[in-house]
Amino acid sequence: MSRQHLPTTRLVTGVSLLSICCWMIATDLMGQGREIDFARDIRPLLSNACFKCHGPDEEGREADLRLDTPEGAYADLGGYQAINPDDPAASVLDKRITSSIADERMPPPDSDIKLAPAEIDLLRAWITQGGKYDQHWSFRPIARPALPNHKLALHNELALRNELALRNPIDAFVAKRLADAGMTLADEAARETLIRRVYLDLLGLPPSLDDLAQFSSDQLPGAYQRMVERVLANPHYGERWGRHWLDQARYADTNGYTVDSERSMWPYRDWVIQAINADLPFDQFTIEQLAGDLLPEPTQDQLVATGFHRNTLINQEGGTDKEQFRNESVVDRVNTTGAVWLGLTVGCAQCHTHKFDPLTQHEYYQLFAFFNGSQDANSVAPTLTVTTESNQRRLAALDKQIASAKASLAQHEKDLNEKAPAAERDDGRPVVWKVVEVTSAESTAGATFERLSDGSLVAGGTNGDSDTYSISFTSPVERITAVRLETLTHPSLPLGGPGRAGNGNFVLNQIELQAGDVKPTWLHATADHSQKDYDVAKAIDGDAKTGWAINVASGNPNVNRTAKLVSSPLATKSNALTKVRLVFGASPAKYNIGRLRLAVTDAPHMKLGLPDAQRTKLAASLKRAQDERNKYAKGLPATMIMRDLDNSRETNLLIRGDFLRKGDIVVADAPAFLPTMPEAEPARTRLDLAKWLVSNEHPLTARVTINRVWGRLFGKGLVETENDFGLQGTPPTHPELLDWLSHELIATGWSMKHLHRLIVTSAAYRQSSHQREDSQRLDPLNKFISRQTRLRVDAEVVRDLALAASGLRDGRIGGKSVYPPQPSGVYAFTQRNAAWPTSKGADRFRRGLYTFFMRSAPYPMLTTFDTPRFNTTCTQRVRSNTPLQSLTLANDEAMLENAGALGRRLMLAAEADEDRVSLAYQLCFARAPRQYEADRLLGFVHEQRADFLASAADAKSISAADGNDEQLAESATWTIVARVLLNLDEFITRE
Amino acid sequence: MIMANNHEQIQLDSLRETTRRQFFGRCGVGVGGMALTSLLAGDQAQATPAVTNPMAPRSPHYKPKAKAVIFMFMAGGPSQLDLFNDKPMLRKHHGQLPPQSYLDGKRFAFLKGTEPLLASPRRFSRYGECGQELSDLLPYHRRIVDEVCWLHGMKTDVFNHGPAKIFVNTGSPQPGRPSMGSWVTYGLGSEASDLPGFVVLQSGPRGPRAGSSLWSSGFLPTTYQGVPFRSGPEPILNLKSPAGMTRERERRFVDIVSELNQLRLDQVGDEEIATRIAAYEMAYEMQSSAPELMELAQESQDTLDLYGATPGTPSYANNCLLARRLVERGARFIQLYHTSWDHHGGPSENLENHLPAICKEIDQASAALVIDLKQRGLLDDTIVIWGGEFGRTPMGEVRQTTGRDHHIDAYSMWVAGGGFKPGLVHGKTDELGLGAVENAKHVHDLQATILHLLGFNHERLTFRFQGRDFRLTDIHGKIMHDVIG
Repeated sequence: MSRQHLPTTRLVTGVSLLSICCWMIATDLMGQGREIDFARDIRPLLSNACFKCHGPDEEGREADLRLDTPEGAYADLGGYQAINPDDPAASVLDKRITSSIADERMPPPDSDIKLAPAEIDLLRAWITQGGKYDQHWSFRPIARPALPNHKLALHNELALRNELALRNPIDAFVAKRLADAGMTLADEAARETLIRRVYLDLLGLPPSLDDLAQFSSDQLPGAYQRMVERVLANPHYGERWGRHWLDQARYADTNGYTVDSERSMWPYRDWVIQAINADLPFDQFTIEQLAGDLLPEPTQDQLVATGFHRNTLINQEGGTDKEQFRNESVVDRVNTTGAVWLGLTVGCAQCHTHKFDPLTQHEYYQLFAFFNGSQDANSVAPTLTVTTESNQRRLAALDKQIASAKASLAQHEKDLNEKAPAAERDDGRPVVWKVVEVTSAESTAGATFERLSDGSLVAGGTNGDSDTYSISFTSPVERITAVRLETLTHPSLPLGGPGRAGNGNFVLNQIELQAGDVKPTWLHATADHSQKDYDVAKAIDGDAKTGWAINVASGNPNVNRTAKLVSSPLATKSNALTKVRLVFGASPAKYNIGRLRLAVTDAPHMKLGLPDAQRTKLAASLKRAQDERNKYAKGLPATMIMRDLDNSRETNLLIRGDFLRKGDIVVADAPAFLPTMPEAEPARTRLDLAKWLVSNEHPLTARVTINRVWGRLFGKGLVETENDFGLQGTPPTHPELLDWLSHELIATGWSMKHLHRLIVTSAAYRQSSHQREDSQRLDPLNKFISRQTRLRVDAEVVRDLALAASGLRDGRIGGKSVYPPQPSGVYAFTQRNAAWPTSKGADRFRRGLYTFFMRSAPYPMLTTFDTPRFNTTCTQRVRSNTPLQSLTLANDEAMLENAGALGRRLMLAAEADEDRVSLAYQLCFARAPRQYEADRLLGFVHEQRADFLASAADAKSISAADGNDEQLAESATWTIVARVLLNLDEFITRE
Repeated sequence: MIMANNHEQIQLDSLRETTRRQFFGRCGVGVGGMALTSLLAGDQAQATPAVTNPMAPRSPHYKPKAKAVIFMFMAGGPSQLDLFNDKPMLRKHHGQLPPQSYLDGKRFAFLKGTEPLLASPRRFSRYGECGQELSDLLPYHRRIVDEVCWLHGMKTDVFNHGPAKIFVNTGSPQPGRPSMGSWVTYGLGSEASDLPGFVVLQSGPRGPRAGSSLWSSGFLPTTYQGVPFRSGPEPILNLKSPAGMTRERERRFVDIVSELNQLRLDQVGDEEIATRIAAYEMAYEMQSSAPELMELAQESQDTLDLYGATPGTPSYANNCLLARRLVERGARFIQLYHTSWDHHGGPSENLENHLPAICKEIDQASAALVIDLKQRGLLDDTIVIWGGEFGRTPMGEVRQTTGRDHHIDAYSMWVAGGGFKPGLVHGKTDELGLGAVENAKHVHDLQATILHLLGFNHERLTFRFQGRDFRLTDIHGKIMHDVIG
């Protein structure tokens, strides 16, 4: 509090007579007149003026004084207290905020912060009343408030009018507040306005002609409710409210940063749409997205849902530190969770304890610990291949095909085995190769052999043009069924061998096996590699002109190679010499083996695999089946999901938020100012966090969620700072209404449809959005909800509206993102000059939320209308109003396509100009034109028609059609009329 | 009704009933009277509110020195050691490892710590009264050495291109915050009524990494985002009317749109409609003023020669000239990106061939812009900035050809005009060029100084988002008082 510790006595004497007078007046005015509410009146003042230096943050704290807790404010500071509840007159705070001495005055005169006289009076009155603290409003438990009792105010005509309009409990709260301010609810908006409002708010689409007809023909009581029920059951509801949620989830189709390559997250987007359509209760909706992977035996949907927190960025630039960007994504997950569910600015505590809210830096990293154990580390993995039921049927069919091919093959093997001579049947034992111990090795051309300790021979001496090696050994088995020849590399050989040719290759023309006089027949030869046209089979074909070689010209030539040669069984008597002869011809010359090793086996033939046409056929069909399945599976989307490591990372507090500066170890837990989270072994997980967020006791989740819904339906939340329910946020304009709705949400099992139904059927929602005199005077900011608000629709809905009016809209829900026409050259400003494969057919006309979203170069029409870039969570969009929006609506190819289609639609549907104008108004504004509007437009039609009749070439360009001059002029005229309508403010505004 | 619980429902119903009885009883009016009242209420026409233009020029916190900014962004990170700083010690120790004490605490994108020092093959001389060193790669810069304030002790926080570029532009390495141009137009509006106030121009083989995050308005309204201008007669997306729409037809189109909007405004009294009417009017103006801006052939041959600009052939030189034309027309913040200075070594990005080539692309026009602005008396209140997201290391990279890695601890930029001291050489690096030994300045300091010259206290140019007051300089930034007049 003090930058200069002044003696208490001086402080006391420093109080002037004048200030005592003021104090008495203030006491009189404030103290007697109205009970001071700490949370409403005092906390915001202290927070704004004092907490920066005297708040929760220990590091920034001055003079060891904190004013955010009663303990701090009442603490003995050495003979005096900032606030003395027992003796308010002795409170030093009072003197410091009024002192005329610069060094004493608080807040310091040289700071930016000033207290207004009225604020000083309020603070002083509060101190006089004992300086009582109370919990911040949003951290208090949610209780269901009683509905306001209006009977007390029945003498008030305004109140009477209000009460007549009551449609549901919401209105009781709103009307009460209005009556207190001397106002009433506005008149209900016209029916035509109401239906368009409900359709745009809940579906993001205008009512169709049929919808309009159905509503206008229903003149019985309850028609509005019936219309609302139809809308809530419409599957496009999930698209509109899904889009709101996807904003918070920062969903996009690319990885972000510089490389910004494509990712596959649309299955998550589709999950959101389906979940909202199914009215998945918000508590379950929360749990599945934050911790679906930790549920017992999670379903595919529950895993896909965890994509919520995989929407973070991945930096694929060269030379990045993985840990740095892994850390960034964890930070983003904490901040997003804080913003979306808690409505708090937890991110402030990443580097230091929060300046205003009771969140310590330590507690920030307790939240961090929940997310720190995930497997992803600046990586796309882990992913999940997502299958629909039809995918699964197809996969099952393919699996069945594989199984049956496998079974046929196995059956055939079994049959072969049974047919084979007893000695050659598969006996189940593994094949054992025994390296032979060479007793002599001779060369016809004068090569010499060195025996190495591994049993191999290295050839040296003369490398003859041709040669025959005779290698004798005592067989280690009594019966040879196959010979294994390994050709090996050696430093003494050209390029390391294994051959003696200059390139390390060899050509083995023939190989022969002999024991005594007996020469068995070769049955089969295989090798791990054969050069083209030099298959290993040619070494046993009896033709000395052909042979086995290995490819040394490309690939990885100078490496070890192995051939296996199966022979008819050869009995070898003990001690008798067995011989292998290797024959190398003269063409090509000097292609002799440089190093080799021989081994033999007595394994039965069935174990060694003899060629069999039927088996080859069956094996090929098995491979085909397997390939087909692999190909199909590869085509299925793999979406990014959340999975934890088996052994979680240790979490440290990061000093100043720097991932290289690790501080104390922290464990996952909830911040102390919020309800406690149950203990868990070995540690609390994301699942515990999710369940805690949606527990009935949690004071924030329901309030924050309700408030956002309210904001989307009224243009502004009951708490205007919808993303800050902390001490720096604005208090709710209707605290009881907020709590009543929050309680209602929890009590009805977190049904969002119920909440929407409740709000849109209220009289408050159904008010006209027109300005009115008393509202403008008494409630210029519409804090009391004295009217509805005109709202320019979101970017995606701008597109949807045009597609709906033109009739081009494709109604399919979900699927891969699409590429509607976009102006060329958008990617010239990005690193990766990516392709934009403009969609054809119905994909070209899909709703705005399906447009492929590239973070580094988003679809220009969307950003022009304020779609955020989704690098971080967006809880509320801004609404701008710019000339670039005008240019987009007027000239963008996609918009012009719609103008043309709407023009054609009008011409096809009606003959008379009047009828066409009337229809156009129904399609674009869900209403009939007023007389002056129709007159003006009809005048325009005549003018355009005459103009285009006189300039056929231009008419042709605009209409993009064929025909005679009259037809072209007609088509161009209605295209331009349609263009006018699509450019009107009312068209892109929900009124 | 399912929305209220039973107790509340009873309460509501009884409330409604008593109210109805008492209201009609007391006032003595029937349903007909009620209907009349509501009709009348609905027909009350509202006065037309004043048009509010978010881009209207505004005054900053105090009297500004400068009113516009041109930022020549050398994307990729130019090598200060081959352009502005001769290091004899690098020549002496070429091929040796740098002393470990110089490397402690430093992080690099690709270097492993085993790369030897690399001498620059360039010839350096001192020029002008200030004696700034320039290599032979920048002959035209000799003409502006005494107009420019040389900053040799620049530091930044992050060493990858995307984050570092975002950092220079927004003060934060993660995308999502408003860029400098957005802050400036948010604070000052623009004096260009028929052109965007914040314009982005691009030259070189490709766009800068991180794309539009670099000129994003972040959480500020999109009104303040940078508008990328493409070369050619249609610089702004969707600027051109559809084929067949002549100027006269477009006029009639804007007229009827405005009239119908005005009728709606009279009906509902929402001033957003007035803003939209103004937006259509400005869009219409832009359709002629933007192509006019692009017509470089209007410039004298002397001016074209000064820049080395050729009308009709997109180039960095053309963009420099466009920047001047934008400043003349009242635009507030113009950013020119030129790619790519990422000379790591290798077949397509080395110091032997590609650095000289890119220097040739920018040398003449960069200098010409300063000279031209001065000649026209525009330099005094226009800040000109030249530099990249970081510099390059004294160590060479081991690739087929020579190159250098990203260096964030000491690199060079230059600034001119708008209150920066001309002919000042500020900041100095150690004899190897690894760290600053004099006047080390951080990117946030430069940002604070630019805002200061534009008349802003950088700590007070804030926007509240998610409960926090954000600013360009985050929680940092000290005004560089010794480099401003």
